[in-house]
Amino acid sequence: MTSAGLRLRPLIVALVVLALSLALGVLVGAAGISPRGIALALLDRLPFVSLDSGLSPVEQNLLFQLRVPRVLLAAVVGGLLAIAGAGYQGVFRNPMADPYLLGAAAGAGLTVTMIVVFLGGDARLVPVAAFAGAVGGVFLAYALGNTAGRGGGTATLVLAGVAVTSFLTALQTFVQQLKVDELQRIYSWILGDVGGGWEQIWLIAPYAVVSSAVMLLHGRLLDVLSVGDEEATSLGLRAARARFIVLLAASLATASAVAVSGLIAFVGIVVPHVVRRLAGWSYRVVLPLSFVGGAAFLELADLVARTVLAPAELPIGVVTAFVGAPFFVVVLRLTKRVDT
Amino acid sequence: MKPECPVEVRALGVTLGGREVLADVALSAGAGEWLAIIGPNGAGKSTLLKAMLGLVPHEGEVLIGGAPVRDRAPRRRARLVAYAPQNPSLPADMTVYDYALLGRTPYIAYFGREGARDREVTGSVLERLDLAELASRPLGQLSGGERQRVVLARALAQEAPVLLLDEPTTALDLGHQQQVLELVDRLRLADGLTVVTTLHDLILAGQYADSLVLLSSGRAVASGPPKQVLTEALLVRHFGAQVRVEPGPDGRPLVHLIRPGDR
Repeated sequence: MTSAGLRLRPLIVALVVLALSLALGVLVGAAGISPRGIALALLDRLPFVSLDSGLSPVEQNLLFQLRVPRVLLAAVVGGLLAIAGAGYQGVFRNPMADPYLLGAAAGAGLTVTMIVVFLGGDARLVPVAAFAGAVGGVFLAYALGNTAGRGGGTATLVLAGVAVTSFLTALQTFVQQLKVDELQRIYSWILGDVGGGWEQIWLIAPYAVVSSAVMLLHGRLLDVLSVGDEEATSLGLRAARARFIVLLAASLATASAVAVSGLIAFVGIVVPHVVRRLAGWSYRVVLPLSFVGGAAFLELADLVARTVLAPAELPIGVVTAFVGAPFFVVVLRLTKRVDT
Repeated sequence: MKPECPVEVRALGVTLGGREVLADVALSAGAGEWLAIIGPNGAGKSTLLKAMLGLVPHEGEVLIGGAPVRDRAPRRRARLVAYAPQNPSLPADMTVYDYALLGRTPYIAYFGREGARDREVTGSVLERLDLAELASRPLGQLSGGERQRVVLARALAQEAPVLLLDEPTTALDLGHQQQVLELVDRLRLADGLTVVTTLHDLILAGQYADSLVLLSSGRAVASGPPKQVLTEALLVRHFGAQVRVEPGPDGRPLVHLIRPGDR
């Protein structure tokens, strides 16, 4: 008999891929620190282990204050974006839904632009503003969707998201034109960056844990919702409530990711799709594997972003789109035959 | 197992978007009976079933097993009434087994997962409907008749004494229509299920149901055994159809379509 549960093998494969990409991310970098020294320095940090890595204090500092937190932040942001994408796809029963569908991106874009233009862009204010903007954008879309279509149908909600996005983007463009010399700063935030350090990891950790846990706990219920609200209700599920809880969690995950990384495209759509193609349709599989896969994907994307033009850096969003789009096409083509 | 669960609807009214879809509808089906709701397109047949499930806001009262459905928690209600919609959404990649297993939802806690008994019930339902061999097949690869059986399997996995089926024969050919309805009848007799179906096909309604309710423009205009409802006068008035009705070999009415001008 088949069953929708998460099997061990795909999970192990995904975790191994993640571990390898994290290791690669820590070992490789523009500074040219010896990988052997890095490995020893990392082991030295373990309890009861004392090794001489041979790294200079500057190298140690670079490793632990810049590279390690950057690798971890990329992984957390990638995981959050991918699981949020999977969550939205379940809520809207639409495989093309993505984390920015409901105006989170436009909301964050507006608030960050305002901080840069009006307040000189205090680095500590940017994540807070992005978080507030993302939550505000989703809230606006939700409120509009609920007043327009009674009962909160998913189609009205998506349309509301489109309306809110265009409106907030227009506002954002207006604000940014007030101070054209800040354009580059605004765009570099919009295109994404995961170099925020430990401070930003701790900033979003609680939201990341709570939102991911809530989504993971709703895997089976998203499977029930996949037959539609009426049928799910006839099966005894309070469909609207379950949908709302997942929507909230996915929006919180998106807002956390946006707060520390800007707007990184493609992760939220590509990763859940690849997972579905390789490991099955059930949200009990898609949600956890999307988190792990998204973490690995964004970590590798960041590795490319900071090495390919070293010492210059590419915005990470450029890499995800550049790698993600063709990769997506390849996966779709390769697995097409299995469908029919 | 004879769960003995009668269904009664009193003074049911539904208004959707300012339009009165159903008004003052009453019906009752005794435990183990088959009641068919017939009526022309747009009469409110599907809405009536949805209102009985509480899927659309309504006035009036729906009693299942003698108690108002309104007062029951959704999971409790789902253990009493199973529903198969006219156009069920069947996620193409989901397997037959996993789909049937969804019928166990009312028995699983919010954050819980399926247990051994849920798997056992689902397995035996698939066995019973000759679907065991299709268990691991994706829903997207099923034929029309198989799809109907799979939807029925999910409803049966709910182990509810009342089955509400919205046009269970839609899009099936003659042979498959007969097979599905025979299957429903067999299950009904074996388990003592109370069955309420909408059926647009009057021949089938006359052959299978114990009693009929004729809905027209949102009102129940006739009800009773098939002989009393399937009359030429009522069918001409409410369907605008030219028909001849004559008793079949078993006494149940047979409805024939007559070309205009033949009489």
